[in-house]
Amino acid sequence: MTLLCLPCRSLNVLFHGVSWWGGVQMGPPDPILGVSEAFKKDSNPKKMNLGVGAYRDDQGKPFVLSCVRKAEALISAKQMDKEYLGITGLADFNKSCAKLALGADSEVLKSGRNITVQTISGTGSLRIGANFLSRFHGGPRDVYLPKPSWGNHTPIFKDAGMTLKAYRYYDPATCGFDHSGALEDISKIPEQSVIMLHACAHNPTGVDPRPEQWKEISDLVKKRNLLVFFDMAYQGFASGDIDKDAWAVRYFIEQGHNIVLSQSFAKNMGLYGERVGGFTVVCNDAEEAKRVESQLKILIRPIYSNPPMNGARIASTILNTPELYSVWLGEVHGMANRIIKMREQLEAGLKKEGSTRDWQHVIDQIGMFCFTGLKPEQVERLTKEFSVYMTKDGRISMAGVTSGNVGYLAAGIHAVTK
Amino acid sequence: GHDLTSPPMGPPDPILGVSEAFKKDSNPKKMNLGVGAYRDDQGKPFVLSCVRKAEALISAKQMDKEYLGITGLADFNKSCAKLALGADSEVLKSGRNITVQTISGTGSLRIGANFLSRFHGGPRDVYLPKPSWGNHTPIFKDAGMTLKAYRYYDPATCGFDHSGALEDISKIPEQSVIMLHACAHNPTGVDPRPEQWKEISDLVKKRNLLVFFDMAYQGFASGDIDKDAWAVRYFIEQGHNIVLSQSFAKNMGLYGERVGGFTVVCNDAEEAKRVESQLKILIRPIYSNPPMNGARIASTILNTPELYSVWLGEVHGMANRIIKMREQLEAGLKKEGSTRDWQHVIDQIGMFCFTGLKPEQVERLTKEFSVYMTKDGRISMAGVTSGNVGYLAAGIHAVTK
Repeated sequence: MTLLCLPCRSLNVLFHGVSWWGGVQMGPPDPILGVSEAFKKDSNPKKMNLGVGAYRDDQGKPFVLSCVRKAEALISAKQMDKEYLGITGLADFNKSCAKLALGADSEVLKSGRNITVQTISGTGSLRIGANFLSRFHGGPRDVYLPKPSWGNHTPIFKDAGMTLKAYRYYDPATCGFDHSGALEDISKIPEQSVIMLHACAHNPTGVDPRPEQWKEISDLVKKRNLLVFFDMAYQGFASGDIDKDAWAVRYFIEQGHNIVLSQSFAKNMGLYGERVGGFTVVCNDAEEAKRVESQLKILIRPIYSNPPMNGARIASTILNTPELYSVWLGEVHGMANRIIKMREQLEAGLKKEGSTRDWQHVIDQIGMFCFTGLKPEQVERLTKEFSVYMTKDGRISMAGVTSGNVGYLAAGIHAVTK
Repeated sequence: GHDLTSPPMGPPDPILGVSEAFKKDSNPKKMNLGVGAYRDDQGKPFVLSCVRKAEALISAKQMDKEYLGITGLADFNKSCAKLALGADSEVLKSGRNITVQTISGTGSLRIGANFLSRFHGGPRDVYLPKPSWGNHTPIFKDAGMTLKAYRYYDPATCGFDHSGALEDISKIPEQSVIMLHACAHNPTGVDPRPEQWKEISDLVKKRNLLVFFDMAYQGFASGDIDKDAWAVRYFIEQGHNIVLSQSFAKNMGLYGERVGGFTVVCNDAEEAKRVESQLKILIRPIYSNPPMNGARIASTILNTPELYSVWLGEVHGMANRIIKMREQLEAGLKKEGSTRDWQHVIDQIGMFCFTGLKPEQVERLTKEFSVYMTKDGRISMAGVTSGNVGYLAAGIHAVTK
């Protein structure tokens, strides 16, 4: 609770013109938003916005999936009402959301020992999870994030009353996964702490463990008795294959971890602003799942009562209509492929420019983001001299790269790194 | 595997319990008067035609689904504030409000509660009217505030306890937060009269309290948008820098689309900017940015003159049907031969009616007549139709004679 300073107290004795918010400071600007705003002001016709965390087609335009348009048409034809969903959201969505992540043949689904609730996209899911852990997790308050992690993870857990710690993850020397560093740090995490794992397409680095590395992580996490929180924001979007991208999640469950899981449909279904996501708790049995569900409802009700219907109806229609599901799989594959192609073209372009640096990581990294390895000064030059906008950590969104501008990008990156 | 501390089964939601029991009942005459959503005279959910028209306009544009900003759809925010404060509001002219799109009324209240918890320098106490909407309590509690109450409903008159309210408010410590329902008080349907609002305003000013208005029923109460916003606008004119939650769930029938707004009336535009920046920092780790669909619909309606007119007519229509049901219920009770005073059924306003029934009477009404309502005697007038109001009157009379 902030203390009122004496001058403010005396000011508040006067009623008229009293300021309740005189002590409210201007908050720091959002770093990523700052990138977009500077980009908007730039008049250079060759400018590139590589801060954007949303998919773009090869013309650099936002992409609404055709399966989404088809689903919308089906929904519109039904002229459904707008009655409140229940607190946990659209049941058909929840079922298919869990099935997508866990696999249709999952023992968890058969035994009904998961509770899956509709959430406000990935952020809403993570926050519900964080709040749930804060209220019900009997272990330490610490949540271990990979270093680095998505910026918003930190305030999500902090504002929910958890404390943040980290384990080594990204190796700047290789622009790859610091496997030994991760295992070393994880081995020291106190029992029953929460560990956050990115299921695929790690944000912001694009660096994912290989399957044999995931296995070692799973064994160690089991040994340390840690509570696993999976963040899966890019299922399908990483490799182009839904099941491949969910492999780590499903492996951990098979290995006996009762995980909590956040899912987002912002990227893989392009439903960004519709806010579609899911939060799952894998429990011991169906009875426990019922208890957990009851507590999730009590937690959710005073945050937003019940989730928004539109996006969930679209996602559910796609997941539950075989023809649309096929179209969707093809479109996700297409988006992932375009990203992969841009990576290949960027790496080839850098070679062509004559760069002698190792750019293998551009191809090895996966998903929307690429941790280039550029230093802040180099990033600054790239922005100032070439109007290429990205975050200071050297992260670029491959979604902002097109066959039309990848050559320009290669030239710029080479210029600031040669 | 790791064992999460295994939580106990939580208590069932009281209102949900009503609906679930209703579903199981096979009596063809059963009535669900727990539902807090408008129903037409056939007892069916009602999607406004202005909403359908807006949806068609939006669909034709084939817009993308890019993220809204953290504070939501700008056109919606502007028109949402204009609807509440009035087009000629000095607050809007000077830009000294910040209005952000929220996840309906609950989302707005929670953002407000979180904001107060983080930035309000005064006491942690939020004073709710007694009774208030059940969800107000966990909203403020989970945000870190503490709850207190001031007298509001007078069970003796089934009306407003004006002297009790003033007496309690006069004792509220300075700079505490006081929650006021702008119109159509939930759950009682009892609203202060304008001259009573004036006394409340003067006293709140004297006590230097931070006013939090909850306006979930603008237009839905009297049928008139401006009339229902009168208290909010009066308080602002009187110099209260209020915070305000708005919902479009009922007045636009957008329930499941989750459309609402949260407004902070500041000293000036500079302060509004600072407050905005902090609201964004608060919202981002809750849900990043709000859902677009409902806000696009509401914004289209508010900003398209023909649709706006249609909307005003439909809101008026919904409010009128409720008012008619009140009149028919009161007349029906008289016709049944009831000697009790049922004036409050007509005097109360909005979706809900605090009948004055005791728990035992409510139980009989449910068991013997399959009329479902909450234990506090609250009925949703939305669940009453010209087809069943007679049956309801007979039931209420039977358990109260």
